[in-house]
Amino acid sequence: MLEISDSTIITLNVNGKDRKIVAKPSDILLHTLRKELGLTGAKPGCENGDCGACTILVDDWPIKSCLMLTVEAIGKRILTVEGLNDAPIQQAFVENWGFQCGYCTSGFLMVCHSLSKIHPNADEQTIQNWLQSNLCRCTSYDEIENAIKSILKWEVYYERTGRK
Amino acid sequence: MIPFDFKYYKPGTIEEATDIANKTLKKGKKIMYYAGGTEFISMARMHNIYTDAIIDIKGIPECNTHELKNNELTIGSTVTLTSIAEQNFFPLLSLTVERIADHTIQDKITLGGNLAGTIIYREAVLPLMVTDSDIVIANTYGKKRIPLKDIFDKRIQLQEDEMIVKVIIKEQFLSLPSIHVKRTKNEKIDYPLITIVALKDDIGINFAFSSICEYPFRSSSMENFLNDNSLPKDERIKKAIDNVPDKILNDISGSSEYRKFMFHSMLYEILTHFEEVN
Ligand SMILES: Cc1cc2nc3c(=O)[nH]c(=O)nc-3n(C[C@H](O)[C@H](O)[C@H](O)COP(=O)(O)OP(=O)(O)OC[C@H]3O[C@@H](n4cnc5c(N)ncnc54)[C@H](O)[C@@H]3O)c2cc1C
Ligand code: FES
Ligand code: FES
Repeated sequence: MLEISDSTIITLNVNGKDRKIVAKPSDILLHTLRKELGLTGAKPGCENGDCGACTILVDDWPIKSCLMLTVEAIGKRILTVEGLNDAPIQQAFVENWGFQCGYCTSGFLMVCHSLSKIHPNADEQTIQNWLQSNLCRCTSYDEIENAIKSILKWEVYYERTGRK
Repeated sequence: MIPFDFKYYKPGTIEEATDIANKTLKKGKKIMYYAGGTEFISMARMHNIYTDAIIDIKGIPECNTHELKNNELTIGSTVTLTSIAEQNFFPLLSLTVERIADHTIQDKITLGGNLAGTIIYREAVLPLMVTDSDIVIANTYGKKRIPLKDIFDKRIQLQEDEMIVKVIIKEQFLSLPSIHVKRTKNEKIDYPLITIVALKDDIGINFAFSSICEYPFRSSSMENFLNDNSLPKDERIKKAIDNVPDKILNDISGSSEYRKFMFHSMLYEILTHFEEVN
């Protein structure tokens, strides 16, 4: 049984690398990523699960990192926006003007990236369901939707043709 | 930031989990089972709860079961709402959980957390109520399987050291005609103004409700009226609403008068739906 009482050195797998950090059970993953690891892509917004600015991927699925304890992430694969490395969705956001101030962008990118991997043929309903987890105060919603739709088409094309 | 410190345990078996719960409680300390953690973190952050230790049960294989076997669907307590919707063994449950919080949070909220949580709506219990499901709970003395209706009275009645292991739904219910209707005040993603789940078996239509009273419920007297085909639809609904077992909620989402009005129209929609299915 894993037991953690106080500040302890733990290992997290972040963006493909094992990173050692000091954490205690009450630490929230969002703050650990930002303060301990310097990965400031995940943003604090509401810190209550409502806005999605803090979204990262845990074992490929989007998770709001303000609602996850750091110690819960032991043994999981964490991907933040810093680990996307020119994924098609990043280019699609640029081409479709998918942001204005950019505060919500990393969260939206993570949701869209995950959707494109898990449901490359996502239908309209699925796209709406996934995107509704995030808020954009600059209301770039249409542009974000265009961006994800453009890469879903790419993904379908890649799958059909086997060509990148 | 969570403003207090606590111990974190992640057991690999039910015995380890209930044993550490029992030992900690005997020392006069508080424990909480921890599943998706969404409610725990949001409440702890606001000083609304306190605990000396959390017991993260996501490492227990039995709590992660999700299978259709021997004519029964078993869903472990730590199975996430997303996993329920993606696997879609029971479409009525999928439709219900897909409307709880938002898609990303559904990746973290667990079935057991929704049933045991303190937020009053507990919408995931509704499909379990209309299918007379069973629930398996565990404590230091072992596990027991009991009908949900024997342990769910307004909320799930657990002792401090007891945990939900899994729920079991009979396969015969999974494909029966059913409907889920959720109305919110404004936005699609919100706590319910009213949620109703209904399923038709060979005896009649079973109904379960959330956000009518301060707790989810199923009522046999309301069902008797709603299934009384000798009366016109409006009258059946009126009598059912007169038999709501408690005060109708009156809060920021809607006054009790507005809820009654909405309740009537939702029940009308549901009865009409089943007439059309016939
Ligand atoms: C942003 C947001 C929106 C929400 N919207 C809705 C909604 O629309 N409809 C709705 O019905 N609910 C809604 N909820 C409520 C949510 O479903 C509950 O808070 C649920 O408890 C969260 O599940 P969890 O697995 O994260 O629970 P946790 O935070 O892990 O636990 C919650 C409580 O349940 C106990 N618990 C958890 N698992 C077990 C178990 N297996 N055995 C015994 N006790 C256990 C814990 O000790 C704790 O007291 C919402 C919550 C959030 C954060
Ligand atoms: S900061 Fe996490 S959802 Fe808003
Ligand atoms: S681009 Fe400004 S909040 Fe979305």
